[in-house]
Amino acid sequence: MNRYPLWKYITVAIALVLGFVYTLPNFFGESPAVQVSSAKATIKVDDKARSRVEDALKAAGITHDGMQLDFNGVKTRFKDTDTQLKAKDILEKTFNPDASDPQYVVALNLLAASPQWLTSLHALPMYLGLDLRGGVHFLLQVDMKGALTKRLDSTSADLRTVLRDKNLRHAGVNREGDRLVVKFRDQETRDKARNAIADNQPDLILTELADGSEFKLVATLKPEAQKRIGEFAIKQNITTLHNRINELGVAEPVIQQQGTDRIVVQLPGVQDTAKAKDILGRTATLEIRMVDDSPGALEAALAGNAPFGTEVYNERGGQPLLVKKQVVLTGDRLTDAQPGFDSQTQEAAVHLTLDSAGARIFKDVTRENVNKRMAILLIEKGKGEVVTAPVIRTEIGGGRVQISGRMTTSEANDTALLLRAGSLAAPMDIVEERTIGPSLGADNIQKGFHSTLWGFAAIALFMIIYYQVFGVVSVLALGANLLFLIALLSLLQATLTLPGIAAIALALGMAIDSNVLINERVREELRNGMPPQAAISEGYERAFGTILDSNVTTLIVGLMLLIFGSGPVRGFAVVHCLGILTSIFSSVVVSRALINLIYGRQKKLAKVAIGQLWKPGSSAVNGQK
Amino acid sequence: MEFFRIHKDIPFMRHALTFNVISLVTFILAVVFLFTKGLHLSVEFTGGTLIETHYAQTADLEKVRNALGKAGFSDYAVQNFGSSQDVMIRLPLKSEQNSNQIGEAVMKALEADAPGSELRRVEFVGPQVGKELAENGAMALLLVIIGIVIYLAFRFEWRFSVSAIIANLHDVVIILGFFAFFQWEFSLSVLAAILAVLGYSVNESVVVFDRVRETFKSKRGLSTPEVLDHAITSTISRTIITHGCTQMMVLSMLVFGGETLHYFAMALTIGICFGIYSSVLVASPLVMWLGVSREQFIKPKKVIEGANEDGAVV
Repeated sequence: MNRYPLWKYITVAIALVLGFVYTLPNFFGESPAVQVSSAKATIKVDDKARSRVEDALKAAGITHDGMQLDFNGVKTRFKDTDTQLKAKDILEKTFNPDASDPQYVVALNLLAASPQWLTSLHALPMYLGLDLRGGVHFLLQVDMKGALTKRLDSTSADLRTVLRDKNLRHAGVNREGDRLVVKFRDQETRDKARNAIADNQPDLILTELADGSEFKLVATLKPEAQKRIGEFAIKQNITTLHNRINELGVAEPVIQQQGTDRIVVQLPGVQDTAKAKDILGRTATLEIRMVDDSPGALEAALAGNAPFGTEVYNERGGQPLLVKKQVVLTGDRLTDAQPGFDSQTQEAAVHLTLDSAGARIFKDVTRENVNKRMAILLIEKGKGEVVTAPVIRTEIGGGRVQISGRMTTSEANDTALLLRAGSLAAPMDIVEERTIGPSLGADNIQKGFHSTLWGFAAIALFMIIYYQVFGVVSVLALGANLLFLIALLSLLQATLTLPGIAAIALALGMAIDSNVLINERVREELRNGMPPQAAISEGYERAFGTILDSNVTTLIVGLMLLIFGSGPVRGFAVVHCLGILTSIFSSVVVSRALINLIYGRQKKLAKVAIGQLWKPGSSAVNGQK
Repeated sequence: MEFFRIHKDIPFMRHALTFNVISLVTFILAVVFLFTKGLHLSVEFTGGTLIETHYAQTADLEKVRNALGKAGFSDYAVQNFGSSQDVMIRLPLKSEQNSNQIGEAVMKALEADAPGSELRRVEFVGPQVGKELAENGAMALLLVIIGIVIYLAFRFEWRFSVSAIIANLHDVVIILGFFAFFQWEFSLSVLAAILAVLGYSVNESVVVFDRVRETFKSKRGLSTPEVLDHAITSTISRTIITHGCTQMMVLSMLVFGGETLHYFAMALTIGICFGIYSSVLVASPLVMWLGVSREQFIKPKKVIEGANEDGAVV
């Protein structure tokens, strides 16, 4: 009666093997590595970069332990930190010959040292949280109101243009809080204006307001438009942050949206919070200037003799370009930049949208400068770069500008991104900050590990003494539980934090309950005089209901914590919930399989080693009467 | 080996009143402390800045305080954290200061007047985030309670559910009372521990009540207190061993887990001890006083028996 069908044993065996394989990577530790990734949206790290790394290292006589290319860049592993540092210097020189203008991020990193075959099975170690590896965590609040205000300000300029174009006289366009108020002198103009604005600005809700002698038109943004602006602001801010953080040379930064208006930034290994904050808060500016293409001027400038009022900037390809110092437009006037296609030639293009003031200036400038080139510069940290320098074909009005020609689709994407990346769509504030020193991180791992280890040892010792063979089986089942839990966490690539380790320890402490229930029940059946085989079967059977029950309440708690918890508590909750699931399997199925293997085959089982049985009114008996 | 050599059922119910008076007094004390002293909430809930530094030798707290005072900080709290070399500085939220720069400003001040410190951890929480965390925490607690009430209502008849919830909620209040009395820091992880304990000790009540139900049906001729005594006596061995094992793990966290896990483990310890006490010795008398009797289990016999098939009994 206590025999599992073969498939059950096989299931348990497979589960154990899988558990072992996926837990394994966590034991290999990490080896020092250097990661080369792109510092700019326009530069791709591909196979070419990989062979460049290979060649540079070979030339310097440095041997590496393996190299891999993924979406993060080229990662090269080394034997020790000395070699790693040497390699970093060499790669830095190879990839960024001009230190003042880095094209690539060359960063120190740690890579899992597990062998290749494990990695190819997607068996990767758990990702360590910041409290275990050290680093900085920021929670940034995006000022959505700021984004809306910015938008309303540019809309008010647009309204003025619309009214002027239609020859409608107004007595002022003003922003009052989150609405725009346009004043008119008479009803008729207001009605006409209302129609004109409604045609031109589909995002606005217009209401009329009579206030004494004044006729007012109140415009507010539609809720869906507000939502769209908010989403756009978050997305653009994340893009901008990505670009800036690349400069910090962080191997694996985390930049994620949290909720509707927050952004989480995690920089593992970074200790210099001051620099990190400085870079996060910096603003880049976009400028449009005219190019000086007069013959000989560029050569003179390169010789160190620039004509008056001009300066030399490098184009993205690397060619120098002579640009006038006078700024035609700044990035403030640019409201959007999107990649797209030319409607006639189907060539890849970038569509820019300017606000009304910008559109007016742009119209004037393009009219005067047909067939000349203009340059769009991105200026960051006082250093400029020409993003693109198109030729002006004709006068451009209306504020919609298209840059096209000699561009691939991906170049158009990159250019649009760069143009947008100039500035933050909305201001941001740091609302939460956590810095954890590397020594504290290492300490935390130690502490968490020791707590679990000694707790486990104490439970194991007690169980074996108290329940003998059944105790050994319970401990093995508990070990299997730990194995499954860690394997599952590794498989899900969950982030392990100190509360997470505490949850693992607690899960083990609670999981032993199931085995205690089973063992007590088996003892009770034996005490009532049942033969051992029947007692085992009955004990497992009857304890199962209670085990399920006892896990439901714990699961309720885990789920609530998962939903409402944030940060460290979430990590606790994830482990808590997974721990419940693995504990049911291991304490019931795995331990039963072991017991069946030990006792199930003996037909005439006289007694089982489950510790001393004591019956009221009789002396101690062992196993059976 | 067998720890529990119990000849006869232990007459727990004879002392029912004593147990409840003890727990009522503890409960009232806890509430009093909660109201008079209040919880010492961590920065996570209040907002503010927390800085942990490490000195190579024993830290001179007076010097650290002077350094902070000189640098123009006020309302700061400086204390040792774990060892005499570790110092924790807490600064309240101030609107006029640029909160982003506090961490660096403090380190600069320390460098000048109490040099030799190494920055271990900085935590800054803005007022909005703190408020949200507190609200979410309260929400989680509330929903856990509702979830458990619903579960118990399905599982048992109302007398049992009400008793279990009263017994276990009073555990939560008592843990909070401890934290208020000793002014231990109440952080997010302590909240997680309290919720975990709540689930854990409700489960304890479930096991005892299951046994009560079974005894009512299987043993005729026993009075209600005798049934309760029998149920508690026959589950006590499992209760002590299980909680003992969990407590071993928690103790290990208390000893080896360091300062960060200290209060987490502390809350669990108190919770486990009071969890046993309340779910066994408080919940059962409550059931008795609420008027549980055999008739309630006999009348709708078929339904109950069906429900008890899967039912969990120890």
